[in-house]
Amino acid sequence: MYAYDEIDRTLVNERVSEFRDQVKRRLSGELTEDEFKILRLQNGVYLQLHAYMFRVAIPYGTLATNQLRALAHVARKYDRGYGHFTTRQNIQFNWIKLAELPDALEDLAKVGIHAMQTSGNNMRNVTSDQWAGVAPGEIEDPRIWSELIRQHTTLHPEFSFLPRKFKIAITASDHDRAAIKIHDIGLRLIKNEKGETGFEVLVGGGLGRTPFIAKTIKHFVHGRDILSYIEAILRVYNQYGRRDNIYKARIKILVHELGIEKFSREVEEEWQHIRNSSLQIDDEVIEDIRSRFTYPAYEKLPHMPDELRQAAADPEFEAWRKNSVAPHKVQGYSIVTISLKPIGAPPGDATAEQMDALADLADKYSFGEIRVGHEQNLALPHVAKRDLPALWKALDKLGLATPNVNLITDIIACPGLDYCSLANARSIPIAQELTRRFANHELANLIGRLHINISGCINACGHHHVGHIGILGVEKNGEEVYQITIGGRADENAALGTLIGPGVKFDEVADVIEDVVEAYLALRKRPEELFMDTVKRLGVEPFKERVYATR
Amino acid sequence: MPLVNGGKIADDSFVKLAVDTPLPEGGDILVPAERFIGEADALLKRSVKIGVIWPNNRDIAEIAPYLGKIAAVALVFPTFRDGRAYSQARLLRERYNYRGELRATGQVLRDQFVFMLRAGFDSFEVKKQADAEAFMQTAKRYSVFYQPTGDGRITALHRRMQLRHSEGVGT
Repeated sequence: MYAYDEIDRTLVNERVSEFRDQVKRRLSGELTEDEFKILRLQNGVYLQLHAYMFRVAIPYGTLATNQLRALAHVARKYDRGYGHFTTRQNIQFNWIKLAELPDALEDLAKVGIHAMQTSGNNMRNVTSDQWAGVAPGEIEDPRIWSELIRQHTTLHPEFSFLPRKFKIAITASDHDRAAIKIHDIGLRLIKNEKGETGFEVLVGGGLGRTPFIAKTIKHFVHGRDILSYIEAILRVYNQYGRRDNIYKARIKILVHELGIEKFSREVEEEWQHIRNSSLQIDDEVIEDIRSRFTYPAYEKLPHMPDELRQAAADPEFEAWRKNSVAPHKVQGYSIVTISLKPIGAPPGDATAEQMDALADLADKYSFGEIRVGHEQNLALPHVAKRDLPALWKALDKLGLATPNVNLITDIIACPGLDYCSLANARSIPIAQELTRRFANHELANLIGRLHINISGCINACGHHHVGHIGILGVEKNGEEVYQITIGGRADENAALGTLIGPGVKFDEVADVIEDVVEAYLALRKRPEELFMDTVKRLGVEPFKERVYATR
Repeated sequence: MPLVNGGKIADDSFVKLAVDTPLPEGGDILVPAERFIGEADALLKRSVKIGVIWPNNRDIAEIAPYLGKIAAVALVFPTFRDGRAYSQARLLRERYNYRGELRATGQVLRDQFVFMLRAGFDSFEVKKQADAEAFMQTAKRYSVFYQPTGDGRITALHRRMQLRHSEGVGT
């Protein structure tokens, strides 16, 4: 956990009082809605279909239990008793009142949480691997660097009015759980031959109307130079990124139009001017940030405790353990993923009661720490294996033990037309129907790893391009129509999905997905061949034939 | 439109010229970039202060050779969501060591003052009277800054180092 010091606390409090003044000026009419819009967006406040929506940052997906309780408190006091975890390590509240927002922000500030730059054309919440610091084989904890970049990007005096939003993600594991290739800047932490920490820097990834997978702009940037290198990228983007068309304003378009070679030359030239400036980070600064991250005092525990051996007799426990429990870097401990995808419910939602109860469980079983992942699930990062049976029972009581992590019902979906003013089509009801169709755990297990991602419009908040199966809702002649892609993925082998045929109506989506899955089960070479591997081996055609033959 | 200079509302000695306005007899003038580049030698011979209005889509490096001879650069925010002039301002101050008046023009509102001060602006054509009157109060809104810029304010990272070392002396 990162602990705020007096300096961090002061800044967040100053921001709250600034926002309080801005809201006051809006309510008195001193600020027009047009002027206020940019200011509220800088604090994560959108105007949605029914009310203001409030998006709160959970930097690099790490939460302490008092912070989770504060989020529960906001859900209860200022909203309708629940919150929605997003694909970028944020939580959203959908029914907030403008006049109460400053109070909600003040309550969150007390536990070191803010909503700065969770929307608007600025540098957004820095995201990372939700297993950072505990994943076996990780090079080093990427959150130290995430925090450094979080600070550097907060209220940046040059880059707070960019052409468009700007997202940075960091990973330090071979397996990329942070989806860095679909970010404006993706950082892959690596070591050079001298053993020094640095980053492979990728740039220009992003989804939306014109999706691109990020390209490598530099194979190694030393850790001490990472802030100046990021600053150089942003300076080029701020000056030359398009501002004439909102759909062409992301850095991916600039990189595409200039070409990665020309773009990287521009960045290199700018970087040479500033790399030896006060942006250079010395080891002492890194150590100072590192020193404010606390790590649990792990016990020496057996690999296979008796409690676990005994619980193995219970098939329900085993189904959950095999699905939701992952290896930890320390023997005797596990990482437990908590599915926020119960059958028939909106993906990513948690009630205030669940958040409070989960905070209690994290205090009891996970050294007071909770993680949030981009798949809209939570995790307890340090659970002793002997505690797994007791934890499972407690989670099950809370409705938080659905054993569907990474399975077909572990769906990513945006809020869609049920909440969002940009949406053209509903997302949540599609997700709900699909979870019902595949509710049978044996069936879901038989299908194996399969990610369905759903967006209710071309802006792609549900990451449909990189779903193994992607569903995009659009509007055609006043009707919701859904386009289906297959073969996308968001990990280290990130790829965009391919359309399998004409769009289908709302009522037909679940049938089509069932057909796609049946086609996969018939086409796969053996049970271990995952959906995405079958698509890779055979291409889209055989799926298309089977799905559309009878339509 | 009130001008804030040196932290308070001030008179504007400059008259803005368009591309084709005839030159006045005397008095300080702000000249559009295009005209300035075209007539620099003649303009700089005058005994009055010369300033340049520089658009946000023109390379700021072009003005570098003249910076020692001009009294003001006015950068433009066509809307306050267009942030290109922040980069231009920092380049002028930090790369080209420009020390003259650096003026923010266009849609300049209270909520940008801190960003603008940090980027190197010291003069502001403020859209609203109330914002201009609130300048000093607004400028002091923040006491913590994470990024190093040419304004010399100490960053959080360096303040932490200082605290660390001073604590070290005491123990």
